[in-house]
Amino acid sequence: MTVPAGVDTDRKGVSAIWNDPQTRGIIYQALALILVVLVGWFLFSNTLQNLEERNISTGFGFLDRSAGFSISESLVDYEASDTYGRAFLVGLLNTFQVALLGIFLATILGTIVGILRLSTNWLVAKLASVYVEVLRNIPVLLQLFVWYGVITVSLPSPRQAFEPMPGVFLSNRGFMIPAPVEDPAYSYMGIAFAVAILLSITLRIWARRRQYLTGAQFPVFPCSVGMLIGLPILGWLIGGAPVVFELPVLQGFNFQGGITLSPEFAALLLGLTTYTSAFIAEIVRGGILGVDYGQTEAAASLGLRRVRILRFIILPQALRLIVPPTTSQYLNLTKNSSLAVAIGYPDLVSVGNTTLNQTGQAIEAVTIFMAVYLSFSLSISVFMNWYNSRIALVER
Amino acid sequence: MTLKSFLAAGAFVAASAVAMPAMAGETLDAVRDRGELRCGVNTGLAGFSNPDSEGNWQGLDVDVCKAIAASILGDADAVSYTPLTAQQRFTALQSGEVDVLSRNTTWTLTRDTSLGLHFAPITFYDGQGFMVRKELGVESVHDLDGATVCVQPGTTTELNLADFFRANEMDFEPVVIEDFEEVNAAYFAGRCDAYTTDSSGLASVRSTAPDPTAHMILPEIISKEPLGPAVRQGDDEFFNIVKWVVYALIEAEEYGVNSENLEEMRETSENPGIKRLLGAEPGMGEHLDLEEDWAYNAIEAVGNYGEIFERNVGPDTDLGLERGINGLWTDGGLMYAMPVR
Repeated sequence: MTVPAGVDTDRKGVSAIWNDPQTRGIIYQALALILVVLVGWFLFSNTLQNLEERNISTGFGFLDRSAGFSISESLVDYEASDTYGRAFLVGLLNTFQVALLGIFLATILGTIVGILRLSTNWLVAKLASVYVEVLRNIPVLLQLFVWYGVITVSLPSPRQAFEPMPGVFLSNRGFMIPAPVEDPAYSYMGIAFAVAILLSITLRIWARRRQYLTGAQFPVFPCSVGMLIGLPILGWLIGGAPVVFELPVLQGFNFQGGITLSPEFAALLLGLTTYTSAFIAEIVRGGILGVDYGQTEAAASLGLRRVRILRFIILPQALRLIVPPTTSQYLNLTKNSSLAVAIGYPDLVSVGNTTLNQTGQAIEAVTIFMAVYLSFSLSISVFMNWYNSRIALVER
Repeated sequence: MTLKSFLAAGAFVAASAVAMPAMAGETLDAVRDRGELRCGVNTGLAGFSNPDSEGNWQGLDVDVCKAIAASILGDADAVSYTPLTAQQRFTALQSGEVDVLSRNTTWTLTRDTSLGLHFAPITFYDGQGFMVRKELGVESVHDLDGATVCVQPGTTTELNLADFFRANEMDFEPVVIEDFEEVNAAYFAGRCDAYTTDSSGLASVRSTAPDPTAHMILPEIISKEPLGPAVRQGDDEFFNIVKWVVYALIEAEEYGVNSENLEEMRETSENPGIKRLLGAEPGMGEHLDLEEDWAYNAIEAVGNYGEIFERNVGPDTDLGLERGINGLWTDGGLMYAMPVR
């Protein structure tokens, strides 16, 4: 940096600091931060002041008050006399339930459809394309209404319920299946399953070590599957092989007993799963197409079998392309679950809206929504980034 | 739906932050400057607020809006209607999106005290009832143990429902759907055994059923639901106007003043009460900061309370409701206007 001769030294100092890009950057950023804080503080204090002027009560104290409304389905015990806080918890767990199941099912369905779209069979490929294009291009809210309508309008009332097999009923009140009656054998099965998982992991470590030492391969996968299925069955047999099921019985207005899948939950899960699976199908197809075909040929010429080509050559590269966009689909599915309010599934937003309306605490309720969806999204995002960095190609 | 309530809440936050007019007198000035009253109504409840085939809003709640607009602006059509769901209604009023909420809203202590609202006099005394399909063979609410019940969320109805079943040690499964059309559709599709809302609402829903005769309203009324218009707290001037417009409509019926004999009454009546009401003897309008013909305009536009009732929900309409407790106090009903003097 050159300073023209004859310039006042003081001014030179100031302008020198000002002309330093790094210092200037810091100053700008500090100014921006101060501005953001000031605007935030202004909004916050002004909101509080206005609320007070209009005699609208504020704060989260309402969470301890009795809610007074019922919720149709809940993973934890809930009664109308419980608190608003508990009601929020019920809604939160319902949201989690539908989001996690939806993500799981949409991933499986989407992967299958994505691979089918690449099928060499013309009909299969076309059908998969139609599936993707139709579901992707219709708003998900409409799809939810369609699914809900299909279930509530086209299925008969409980008294005329379909019974496709004994003890299973389909009606406009949902799907009822028999529930196993509580028995110690089921806890044996749970323990056996946990043991099977541990054994599978041990087996895999042992097989790897053996392969390093001797080069001999061991069929880890079939053995693990055998254990994961076989051990629980063994536990069931040891427990006396209970076969007692509680059957749903038509009693009064509806079926009692058994396990019920409500029309609201079914419609929401179906709608979210199929809608998101169409997007995931496209991502999977793109990911697989993104790996150069020469790689497959090269691997084949090394004498690798098809399964191994897929596992060691294609998938590691395809996943690198698939994981990041899939993450955003998971986030979309989670956020779309808030459309539950339209078809009456008591998710977080549905319960929260009711609370908002009963208490008038709009700002507090919306703050809770934002905090929950934000932290849920960030968790998914963090997990998927971790997974992505793990499976991403390590360049050497 | 969800989006709407999010937007409404968001608008509320934004509006709160930007210091909306809530001081005394500002609503009246705003209505005058705008030349239009903003009125929040139900999204579609036959008899109370429902757009007709030409898109004009009709009903008892809508007539209240018209009466207020006629009193302030002299023009009953100077109203813009904002259809609101049960969930959106209070936020819309608090945030200034509407000037007055005329939407079958129950006056409760919590709402009166903690939401920043004031309720004007009751325009319809209602109570919560149940509707079922006749084929179910249910005769009484007490036969509903274990039933699935359709209900709109965020209403006093939802709370009364839970209270009632708890008090009677009966079980029920709620189906809670926000959108009024959707919850009706769910009931008609057989998703629920029973439908619960205010009994006037049930009559309204039944009148829209594919086959109204297939449904019956159970005899029991399980709650008090006084329905009236609401305004923002803190604007006493506007609150007074809404309050006295409603009283004027009731008072007019009591004096036998209706939309037919209105002009004749103003010219010839010697009754001081009628003269005060219709502005033949000045003073009342001034107290409200309105023209002296404020009540005259309101009655001219929509008739007296009795006419409003008969036209929208009375025995000759699809709803077919009797006056019952909504009759004048002189007929043994609850309609009682404070004296306009």
